[in-house]
Amino acid sequence: MLRFIVRRLLQAVLVMFIVSALLFAWLRSLPGGPVDSLLGERATPASRAALSKQLGMDQPLLVQYWHFLDNMVHGRFGTSTQVQTGADALHIFFQRLPATVELSIVAIVIALATAIPLGYFAAKRHGGLLDTGSVVLSLIGVAVPVFFLAFVLKYVFAIKLGWLPPSGRQSADLDATRVTNFYVLDGLLTREYDASWDAIKHLILPAIALASIPFAVIFRITRASVLEVLHEDYVRTAESKGLTARIIRGRHVLHNAMLPVVTTIGLQVGGLLTGAVLTETVFAYPGLGDALAQAFSQRDYSVLQVLITMAALGYVLVNLLVDIAYAIIDPRIRTR
Amino acid sequence: MTTAAPAKTETLLAVRDLVVEFGGRGRPTFRAVDGVSFDVRPGQTVGLVGESGCGKSVTSLAIMGLLPKRGNKVAGSATYDGTDLLTLDDREMRDHRGRDIAMIFQDPLSSLNPVVSIGVQVAEVLQRHRGMKKSTAIAESRDLLDQVGIPDPARRLKEYPHQLSGGMRQRALIAMALACKPRLLIADEPTTALDVTIQAQILNLLKELVVDSGTALIMITHDLGVVAGLCDEVNVLYGGRIVETASRHEVFARPRHPYTTGLLGSIPRLDGSRSEQLAAIPGSVADNIPWTSGCAFAPRCSRALEVCRSEAPPLEQDPTAMEEHTLRCHNPNPAEGGEPA
Amino acid sequence: MNPMQRKKDRIDALAATAGAAADIPDAGRVSDSGGLSLIGSAWLRLRRDPVFLIGATVTLLFILLAIFAPLLAPHNGHTAYLIKEVSADNPVPGGEKGFPLGADGQTGRDLLSRLILGSRQTLIVGVLATLAGLCGGLVLGTVAGSLGGWADTVVMRVVDVMLSLPSLVLALAVATLFGKPSQWTLIIAIAIVQVPIFARLLRGSMLTQRSSDHVLAARALGVKRSAITFRHMLPNSLGPVLVQATLVLATAIIEAAALSFLGLGNPDDSSPEWGQMLGQAQQYFDIAPRLAFWPAGCIVVVAFGFTLMGESLREALDPRNRR
Repeated sequence: MLRFIVRRLLQAVLVMFIVSALLFAWLRSLPGGPVDSLLGERATPASRAALSKQLGMDQPLLVQYWHFLDNMVHGRFGTSTQVQTGADALHIFFQRLPATVELSIVAIVIALATAIPLGYFAAKRHGGLLDTGSVVLSLIGVAVPVFFLAFVLKYVFAIKLGWLPPSGRQSADLDATRVTNFYVLDGLLTREYDASWDAIKHLILPAIALASIPFAVIFRITRASVLEVLHEDYVRTAESKGLTARIIRGRHVLHNAMLPVVTTIGLQVGGLLTGAVLTETVFAYPGLGDALAQAFSQRDYSVLQVLITMAALGYVLVNLLVDIAYAIIDPRIRTR
Repeated sequence: MTTAAPAKTETLLAVRDLVVEFGGRGRPTFRAVDGVSFDVRPGQTVGLVGESGCGKSVTSLAIMGLLPKRGNKVAGSATYDGTDLLTLDDREMRDHRGRDIAMIFQDPLSSLNPVVSIGVQVAEVLQRHRGMKKSTAIAESRDLLDQVGIPDPARRLKEYPHQLSGGMRQRALIAMALACKPRLLIADEPTTALDVTIQAQILNLLKELVVDSGTALIMITHDLGVVAGLCDEVNVLYGGRIVETASRHEVFARPRHPYTTGLLGSIPRLDGSRSEQLAAIPGSVADNIPWTSGCAFAPRCSRALEVCRSEAPPLEQDPTAMEEHTLRCHNPNPAEGGEPA
Repeated sequence: MNPMQRKKDRIDALAATAGAAADIPDAGRVSDSGGLSLIGSAWLRLRRDPVFLIGATVTLLFILLAIFAPLLAPHNGHTAYLIKEVSADNPVPGGEKGFPLGADGQTGRDLLSRLILGSRQTLIVGVLATLAGLCGGLVLGTVAGSLGGWADTVVMRVVDVMLSLPSLVLALAVATLFGKPSQWTLIIAIAIVQVPIFARLLRGSMLTQRSSDHVLAARALGVKRSAITFRHMLPNSLGPVLVQATLVLATAIIEAAALSFLGLGNPDDSSPEWGQMLGQAQQYFDIAPRLAFWPAGCIVVVAFGFTLMGESLREALDPRNRR
């Protein structure tokens, strides 16, 4: 088990190393070169010379890469030129992280809570009306562009019906105390429950839009996996023992069927950030995705450096956790 | 189907005219079991013998209520201790399974849940049917593993199926099946997936446990060697019907049905000469024809007559037999030791 | 113990509990007739599969629409027919005689014609992006799968990294490498995102084949490695790759819409594309949501069609589902 974790950690470091190399190559190949790109429109000859020196542009590429790597490891990503002019890029990341994490957690919870039961019952009644209906629904879910779904939700529930706020993370007139910057949690911690409720209301629509991607994937994996497990000999054995339907469902079918689902959840992290870029933009939700979209359209490369690095790091870390979780629920890996 | 023998003493399980049809959703229906009747008396070991596809496994699954409901039709009756199991609803059947009737399967690795420890898989039966608390059930499971001859049972309780050898897995499955001391055990090819040396051990274990506890056993096998070592009575199945029924002694001494002799002939004998060929039955079950147009075995039968291809033979008592011996054949083998056929 | 016997018995038992026992006589028939080819049996299944039929019909209609778009569109896509009616109170003129869907925005062009003409550009972007991604994946996957060893390790690590970045971020990063966004930057950005998916698929299929009997036999006969790769392994891997391509085509069309939405689409709208139209419609979303609904609806229907077709093809070609 320990060896397994160490090996996965080393792999993670390797992936991050390749990411840094690609990022370095990317920055060097930007139109206009890295100095102008990083400084943006307000570049003066003096600032250009300074940055050029700092980046070691006169030195061989390998040395430049070494500097780049050194800066990256120490969290020196530079200063934002557009998204939040003058602010440290890494600071922007940490400032916006809680918003996106909060949104992603709610989205993935929505996706899991709907996709797994639906996938189970669809498989259980394979070929039935519920099965066909939910398969069609999941295929439509794949075919609908996320940002369009977000628009429709916003249009119907925020603009037309006015049930939920159309944008932002909290109401403008709300004066809430901030502890962790996870707004729902903050409200609970400070006992300002109305602040929590306000944050939840702002989360619902973007979270549903964001959940549509992992929902479709998790539903289909769950359904396929349950279908396969239901035909396994050990389920027949469990039935032959006269166990209750509840025990068979939980211990014998779902426990086994969840193994591929757990792996999928890890792989959904990338898709979740893709979705966050789009939904956060539609709902003007001040998270990482919104920052990423802004940084791309305004060419704020310091911010992009941080966000891309952190996206890869987040993906690698979550998948590491997922692999460990997998080993915990699958004894065949744990006891190897 | 009128020839089922009347029960001599009390019967534990009486299967009458069991028919199982698979089909549904536009597919042609397929009759896997076509009017099977047999009795199991308490403590008796009954063999269901035949090639794959003859309906023996389906028969046992039908008795256990383990066939998928959708698209399948089960008719006839299977009376266990006065109750027709085939009329029970799902919940009532669950109360019987594992407590009164238990089952062990062919492939012990795939028949065990890979992500649940052996201990829990044994204990869950005790918790379900004997209302034990988890700790008591686990303690009891340890004793059960000990009884089926698993060494170091305390350690094995915490282990998972992949950590056990094939023989030990089958022992664990037997422990689960016998946990609630059922009166009837159905063993579906319990040794087929095991190494030859282990096969004998498992058969001996089954024999020992069954004799000790007075459990009745339905032994499903294609291996007449297993029958010879274990069964009191033998039913030979072909194409979903019983073609010959007799006591073990009778079947081995005076096999009348050509299919039975075929099965016997395909067992290599140590005392036979090396040049002697094994008598293989030509063809396979896959090309069988339905009983409606004659005897299903006729296309593969060396003794087939014209009548065999037009008229299905009924199941009748062998007139040359001194004891109960039914068979379904127009042109049986000449009875050895009896009067000429 | 005869292993075939054991296996058949197991299948028998399995099929019985699986409710698929009707396959037993079926299996007999197939073995008697010497076996249908995988493609043959897949076609038999597909012909009766409503999912495939719906998907294929939608796809076919879409392709026909794209081919004959200029003939079908009532007007051209660039003349501002309705510009006179555009005013401050009525920025987006609605439907009227001859222009059932009204204007496409303040530009006053005919929305219906642009939708019909847009099918062509949408198909081109989708097909080209998928083909480019397919080629990239084909090269990487073939290298990794047929050479193995360090080449495999290096290629697969790079593929892992590409998969570890959110697809949209990758596409955006590629798109920003080009000074000005155009149709081509869009296609390249989308294609690069698909490369790792195809590479993985191909490598997996190559690896299983490398140890398969027919490749071993060819190697034993002294056939050159390149010949084995291109004549034996590659053709056999194409089935799943083409199925994947059908599914990727749907993603590519959606991805194009997403990039347009984020302002990295093709700014030149003289030849319309649905994603681009959807991206441009966001500015009118509050006053005229139909401008978004129409192209979005078209994208959904087409993507749904491709997905249905791809999924049913995948299922039919899966040997495990063979009937």
